[in-house]
Amino acid sequence: MSWVNAIVQGILIGGFYALFACGLSLLFGVMGVINLAHGDLAVIAGYVAVVLVPSTHLSMVWSFVVVVPIFAVGGYILQRTLLQKALDQGAFTTLLVTFGLSVITENALLENFTSNGQSINIGNLIADSWNPNSTVSIAFINVVVLGVAVVVILGLHLFLTRTPTGRLIRAVADDKEAAQLSGANFRHLFGIATAIAMATVALAGIASGMQTEFFPTSGTANLLFAFEAVVIGGIGSLRGTLLGAILLGVAQEIGAQINPSYQILAGHLLFLAILALRPQGLLGVREAI
Amino acid sequence: MTSSLLSVRDLTVHHGQLCAVRDFSLDVAEGEVVAIIGANGAGKSTLLRTMAGLHSQTSGSIALGGKDLGKLRPDQRLAEGLALVPEGRRLFPSLTVEENLRVGTHRARSGPFDIEKVYETFPWMLERRRQPAALLSGGEQQAVAVGRALVANPRVLLFDELSLGLSPIAAKTIYSILPKLVDGGMTIVIVEQDLGLALQAASRVQCLLEGRVVLEGEASGLDRVAIEAAYFGVGTRAGTSL
Repeated sequence: MSWVNAIVQGILIGGFYALFACGLSLLFGVMGVINLAHGDLAVIAGYVAVVLVPSTHLSMVWSFVVVVPIFAVGGYILQRTLLQKALDQGAFTTLLVTFGLSVITENALLENFTSNGQSINIGNLIADSWNPNSTVSIAFINVVVLGVAVVVILGLHLFLTRTPTGRLIRAVADDKEAAQLSGANFRHLFGIATAIAMATVALAGIASGMQTEFFPTSGTANLLFAFEAVVIGGIGSLRGTLLGAILLGVAQEIGAQINPSYQILAGHLLFLAILALRPQGLLGVREAI
Repeated sequence: MTSSLLSVRDLTVHHGQLCAVRDFSLDVAEGEVVAIIGANGAGKSTLLRTMAGLHSQTSGSIALGGKDLGKLRPDQRLAEGLALVPEGRRLFPSLTVEENLRVGTHRARSGPFDIEKVYETFPWMLERRRQPAALLSGGEQQAVAVGRALVANPRVLLFDELSLGLSPIAAKTIYSILPKLVDGGMTIVIVEQDLGLALQAASRVQCLLEGRVVLEGEASGLDRVAIEAAYFGVGTRAGTSL
């Protein structure tokens, strides 16, 4: 029965990875930017919640109401200033710039908040769980995070396929020049895409603070898992990212079931196997041409 | 000449160190069709891309209806009424035919063209509107690319190599809609390597060689031999106007 529990826990942790990875997937799909500061930005979101929300008299459970709008606006500004300047220089520059952003963030957080772990206090909700039998335990907070991940990814999918702005974003992702000729202001659209990605980053950072705890340096490990989820699912496919994240979570938990020290290794092995056998990812499309 | 709708003055454009277009001037009156011809590398595409705002000019000016476009982005130039159908069609492959057309309506001016009108002009498109644009043949893609520019209701349409990569029949089909557009009052500038198609479609022709205009005249009045000489840069040397 503990195998069933491993799979259940894997799916739940996969929900967190999916929430974490969808912003990374969106930015790469739309702008071709691999945001190496993605994980650190999520950690910042956690700190913003811990520092800012207590002064608003809101319960910490509702901290996302404060943090998500800040991150969306901040994302738009980040794109229109730093990231676009880097993009104008070429894709490699965006790697360097986001890497620099990551290093600066980690050190600034260490300097100001020490290396102690922080968590977002949601009171008794953290302990609530559903136990269908003696070996399976489903924590409500993890189910909520999985639910949020599914809703966010479905919502993003509907936004991209059903709205005029979403259609323009896909057009810019397909062919930036042709989209400009058809009336798209690509910098503004990149800004909107980054705003959305940062909003999901804020959710992921808060989720990690609610589920466990975060440290100034915990962004990098999460970035690696998010990156693996995106590649397993297929670059450019948001539904693929959800699938990849859940498979990664399940692989890790099954690995841990075999031997606790195999948890991370099992995830990496799945990632490598996908790269070798299906490099375009499970739901990815092979590059045309 | 009547007052010109599109006016390009002494335009010079560089690709890094290379001077791709040199002191180019062009006046196009409303309802006129002008063809710019020339061999590969003569600077034709660069010229159109600069007019549309994808390249920045080194010097000179581009004006539409008296308004200087020099500082505007491509999407703002489209809103002013200057549309380019780019070389190689450049549809959005992951979008359906209809979505491609809808993107074109984003900054549309008011005018006779909408998506329904495009379906009337190309009846096959209606049936296939939900197909990904990537699945269309070259000629069909070119028609969608033209439709995508038309729905913005431009005052001036720039066509870059409409016939490139198309079968002769597909090229003829796409060129057959030009007279209809002109009857509707559209002003058109085409860049074309196929001399026959260009001379048939245009009322006036300019021939570019190494970034300069080497020949200019009414399409009907130009001698084929003179055009070919100018096209390849043999006989007369660049700079002399015949």
